[in-house]
Amino acid sequence: MSALTLKHTLTACDINFSGIAKSFAGERGAVHTVLEGVSFTAYPGEIISIIGSSGCGKSTLLRVAAGLEAASAGEVTIDGAAVRGLDSRVAIGFQEPRLLPWRSIAKNVALGLPKGTPKDDARQHVDALLRLVGLGDYAAHRPREISGGMAQRASLARALARNPGVLLLDEPFGALDALTRIKMQDLLLDIHAQDPATILLVTHDVEEALYLSDRVIVLGTSDPHSPATITRTVEVPGHRPRDRGDLDLALLRKELLAELGVEEH
Amino acid sequence: MSLLPATDTRPAETKRVARSRAGASSRPVQLSTRGHRWLPWLGALLPLTLLALWQYLSLTGVFSAVQLPAPSRVVAAALDLLGRGQLGIHIAISTQRVLLGFTIGALLGLALGAWVGLSRWANLLAAPTIGALRAVPSLAWVPLLLLWIGIGENSKVTLIAIGAFFPVYTTVSAALAHVDPKLVEAARTFGIRGLGLFTTVQLPAVLPAVVSGLRLALAQAWLFLVAAELLGASMGLGFLLTDSQNNGRTDRLLLAIVLLAILGKLTDLALGAFERWVKVRFPSN
Ligand SMILES: Nc1ncnc2c1ncn2[C@@H]1O[C@H](COP(=O)(O)OP(=O)(O)OP(=O)(O)O)[C@@H](O)[C@H]1O
Ligand SMILES: [Mg+2]
Repeated sequence: MSALTLKHTLTACDINFSGIAKSFAGERGAVHTVLEGVSFTAYPGEIISIIGSSGCGKSTLLRVAAGLEAASAGEVTIDGAAVRGLDSRVAIGFQEPRLLPWRSIAKNVALGLPKGTPKDDARQHVDALLRLVGLGDYAAHRPREISGGMAQRASLARALARNPGVLLLDEPFGALDALTRIKMQDLLLDIHAQDPATILLVTHDVEEALYLSDRVIVLGTSDPHSPATITRTVEVPGHRPRDRGDLDLALLRKELLAELGVEEH
Repeated sequence: MSLLPATDTRPAETKRVARSRAGASSRPVQLSTRGHRWLPWLGALLPLTLLALWQYLSLTGVFSAVQLPAPSRVVAAALDLLGRGQLGIHIAISTQRVLLGFTIGALLGLALGAWVGLSRWANLLAAPTIGALRAVPSLAWVPLLLLWIGIGENSKVTLIAIGAFFPVYTTVSAALAHVDPKLVEAARTFGIRGLGLFTTVQLPAVLPAVVSGLRLALAQAWLFLVAAELLGASMGLGFLLTDSQNNGRTDRLLLAIVLLAILGKLTDLALGAFERWVKVRFPSN
């Protein structure tokens, strides 16, 4: 079977957003409200994609879910318990790789392991993860010696190492070429099929969102100066693994792109 | 189902890098000095020229022997002092004072710099005071030190420690305050906190800056050594300076200067090697 069988598999959690708003202090006392009235629930093991135009607040929403940022209004609960500050049930893959430059790739990935993982298990698990994301030969390299896409995969491996109840991924495949991207998407689905965490995935790629998730949530605004909220929720038909050429998906894709303001010809 | 690919299904990009790495070394080659092994010795050209000029000027009598004794006379003075067993003592005591003062000052600088750099409260509380103390020209402490500690070893070592403290304190506190917050945040989301956070992220991130600060501090320590020894010492290179001036022994005076240059350079070379190692081991990008 798989090299990725973990002893302490956290069971997937549900995560609920109710009436989340987030404002930042702007210049001269002005308040910049980014998100408002964001409410939805992700059920255990569900994969939800969040799409929306650049700067609409997708990363901010994930940061609130991770407890890195306090919501200005509303509450995030995981399995019924409110998120206050960093939460050990959550792992996050940031939009940037954020690898420690002085550590090898393997040691960076090991950072994600749950506390108290025995040494031998830790090494084996890191090795397996590195091979999974195609970095088996780069365990001893430093972050500056690998490419941007490789760094992003290392960062994904670090988040996977945590084996969390809720996995937050902020554009995990953004820096990858088309081929690697497809491989990594399938890899994520494999891992999820085996160890179903609840996944919130931010992406720019509508096709990716439809291929990977059970539901797609669109964040947007009516006019550019008002805060973003959920403008559309799409239940993706069918079950994974999906056919990338599926006709229903193609139609949905067109609809969602129109929602994002892209007209296709 | 096995998640591990049996064949080489590594992403294309990985293979590309693997190929390009196959023949190349992973360290960038310094093209400018390759094939020019003598280039590092270029730095010796100037001292040798100066030495030649010095010999020439003293031989042709442009300067009197009292103003500028020939290099050979300085060497003779060195041998003379060595024969009396004094040269070693001067060098040893000065080096000891520098190393002691440097160590004490650097340790205090590390501790206070870490405190002020890591804690916002400490920063608000202590940084203005330390900044004000730093603005005091260090020699202004001398009368106080003599009054409080007396003229012995302790006051000299203290003065040197003061000189070594500030460069370390400043670089450490500034570097810690500027550690990439994204890295700190990433580590914190993986449950790393407190001392663990310091040793995994902050310390490695600031090490190169710290070593640069240590190098500055060492240079300061030698500077302050001379200041300390000019004021009431009976041994040491600074004492040799004043004593020779009073006795009109310009040869010994020059000897002291040359020795200070050599000792300062040697200790700096040692720290410089350490600095290069740290920069390779703990890169900042
Ligand atoms: N710490 C902060 N202080 C002030 N404003 C912030 C802060 N973080 C985010 N913002 C603002 O919130 C808005 C949303 O930012 P966010 O990073 O969530 O966007 P995004 O949807 O992830 O964009 P992208 O797709 O480009 O990554 C932006 O207008 C940004 O300026
Ligand atoms: Mg973002």
